[in-house]
Amino acid sequence: MSQPSRFTIFWRTVRGRAYPRIIGLQREKSWFFFDVFLPLLQVAAYVYIYRVIEAPTEFVGFVVLGGAMTAYWMNIMWNMASQFYWEKETGNLELYIIAPTSRMAILLGMAIGGIVATTVRASVVILVGLLIFRVPMTVTNVPVFAGVFVTTMVALYGLGMLLSSLFLLFGREAWHMSELLREPIFLVSGFYFPVRALGFAIAAAASIVPITLGLDAMRQLMFPEMLSHLRFLSPHVELALLTGSAVLFVTLAQRSLAFMEAYARREGRLTVRGQ
Amino acid sequence: MASTTRVRETWRSLRVAAWLGWQIESNWADPFVFAIYSVIKPIAGALILVFMYAVIARDGLENPLFPAIFVGNAFFIYVPTVLSGISWSVIDDREHYGMLKYMYTAPLNVFAYLAGRGIAKAIIASIALVITLLLGIYALRVPVAFSTIDWPMFAGAALCGAAILTFLGIALGGVTLITARHSYYVGEAVAGALYLLCGVVFPLDVLPSWVRWIGQATPLTYWIEAIRRALIGTGSSAILARLSDGALLAITAGSALALSVFAFVIYRLAERRARHLGLIDMQTMY
Repeated sequence: MSQPSRFTIFWRTVRGRAYPRIIGLQREKSWFFFDVFLPLLQVAAYVYIYRVIEAPTEFVGFVVLGGAMTAYWMNIMWNMASQFYWEKETGNLELYIIAPTSRMAILLGMAIGGIVATTVRASVVILVGLLIFRVPMTVTNVPVFAGVFVTTMVALYGLGMLLSSLFLLFGREAWHMSELLREPIFLVSGFYFPVRALGFAIAAAASIVPITLGLDAMRQLMFPEMLSHLRFLSPHVELALLTGSAVLFVTLAQRSLAFMEAYARREGRLTVRGQ
Repeated sequence: MASTTRVRETWRSLRVAAWLGWQIESNWADPFVFAIYSVIKPIAGALILVFMYAVIARDGLENPLFPAIFVGNAFFIYVPTVLSGISWSVIDDREHYGMLKYMYTAPLNVFAYLAGRGIAKAIIASIALVITLLLGIYALRVPVAFSTIDWPMFAGAALCGAAILTFLGIALGGVTLITARHSYYVGEAVAGALYLLCGVVFPLDVLPSWVRWIGQATPLTYWIEAIRRALIGTGSSAILARLSDGALLAITAGSALALSVFAFVIYRLAERRARHLGLIDMQTMY
């Protein structure tokens, strides 16, 4: 019997790891409800703040878009970065290690499945948010908008793959790190207000998280007049930076995974003590 | 004699659970890292509000609503922490450590045990609250002064708030006992809904009327308003302004009392069902 090629194994792994994330959408409907409901609650609270302080309607659109993007960040932290910790806890990580496949293929499968599943959730958050709060939203340049969104996703999930390899060493710290990197990232990446408000230097530092640039560019393309005095960089520059980030993070993830796996093997951190 | 034993058992359950909870929460990192971890999240949450006001509100942080909103948001730190903490401890003990069944074979008071796990979380929330308030007072000029705080009202509201959160947490713990895959979200979903319904970061008055009614039927709305009045002398809502300080406290205390009965009944019903269905040592592998 002939052995499948490395390429075939790679793509089978990607498909196999993406499958449970996509199929999980319809298997556990209550999760879908909560994944949409929780960001909407936060969005609603911030919308009412903007209403109380009589902010222009466009800011409601900012919040709805930011709220939808929180779903991606949560997916990155809980289902990418921490995933190997969960796998370690349930005893799956050893199976990944002994399987004749690439760990990058596993991460890529997780990322593709995560993007599809989270995009469905984020779209529902945006749709419901727009319907409830009646925000007029039009995209001025669809190709650039699509480019920004796709590149943001590639860069973001590249970052998720990189974090996943770093989290390989963690025990319970993985859980706490994922908890910790929620509100501070929502703050510095400007999920609920234009990131430029934090000042150029902080916005530039926060650009290491691709959502910072992606959100700013998408907002500019949706609300060009509103963002004219609050924009960080032009959408084209942000798109170029996002492309650079995507290449950088995916390359770093590959190298980091190989290094961290070897290190974790030596340190005995690929299994849970007492399992 | 029997009642003395019961009191001792309750106290021991509370004390040991609080100690256990503290160990679980804090011993994953050295104290310095843990201290940073405990304060960064709530401060970042408060700063999101600060920037929203600073950038968009016409008068920035001088907006008359800002102090009340800041204080409400700071004290709300307790809500997700304690509610998720208590309900999560059921999942943690049942599925992660596999210890829940042993609790039922030990001489302990389960309500005191759950409350104790909540205390550990409340201690962490208190550290975050103090840091957030100090940030507000010294950096953002939120007018909270030691000499102007209405201490009796603050003490009353704090006591009632602690009771409300504990009982609500125990009721959610009961719900968690009989649910599997949805348990992770229970505390967070309830806290998220309360953040909106209780007018924590905006006056209750701006909500659509049917949502406002639900907010007005929620005990924590009155608790947060009482805390605001005690600390800065004014609330945030025109509707609640009709209530005197005494009325606010009476509603909060009454709610705590009603919730104690509610929590006891819900937990016992859930526990009975969990025993019948064999859910106490359930392993969902989620």
